[in-house]
Amino acid sequence: MSVLSLGIQIVLGIAAFLCLFRIFKGPTIADRMVGVDIMGILFVGITALTGILYDLPYLIDIAIALALISFVATLALAKYLERRTLDD
Amino acid sequence: MTDIVQTIGYIVIAVGVLFDLLGAVGLVRFPDVYNRLQSATKSVTLGTLGIMIGIFIVKGFSPLGIKAIICGVFLLLTAPVSAHALSRGSLRFGAKMWKGTVVDAYGKDKLGGPQIASEEAESEETESKENDDEVA
Repeated sequence: MSVLSLGIQIVLGIAAFLCLFRIFKGPTIADRMVGVDIMGILFVGITALTGILYDLPYLIDIAIALALISFVATLALAKYLERRTLDD
Repeated sequence: MTDIVQTIGYIVIAVGVLFDLLGAVGLVRFPDVYNRLQSATKSVTLGTLGIMIGIFIVKGFSPLGIKAIICGVFLLLTAPVSAHALSRGSLRFGAKMWKGTVVDAYGKDKLGGPQIASEEAESEETESKENDDEVA
């Protein structure tokens, strides 16, 4: 089981680094916001999984709060994006 | 019996993690904002939901399992809403679609013309695509 848990953590780390790559590289600001949104959803899963794998049951509460904050933050970013115009 | 149930739960978690990885790969590989949003939102939402269901299978009807199911249902409700808001915002912002896009009905109706990238922007895009290939 420990091999499986190690593999799960490595794969999730690779996925987070791919999101980070899109955030750094993204040609427009919209691409970066997409990366931030996906990374937020990914971190909810990572937090809940860490709570299971390391036997820390309070981390699932943190995952729920993170999902809430990520949703509101993405809505605010989208609203900000809508009022901006393309200037470059 | 408990061992079998736990193994099934960890297999479901592993499948969810695989979906997460594929969504992130799509986020890197696809050509424009809307394709990236399409790939990443669906796959990553499904993958995280798989992780939550796996936690519920492993832990059963304990407080931890119920909280995991609540978190998964919340994600299932909010992720499409935020993705829709992001795509609408980026269309209003002026992010162009990929040059191979066939139709853009929203832009034609509301923004005075389809928001599809023209051919002169092609060289730029292929350049950035080549950079993508090098890094990947």
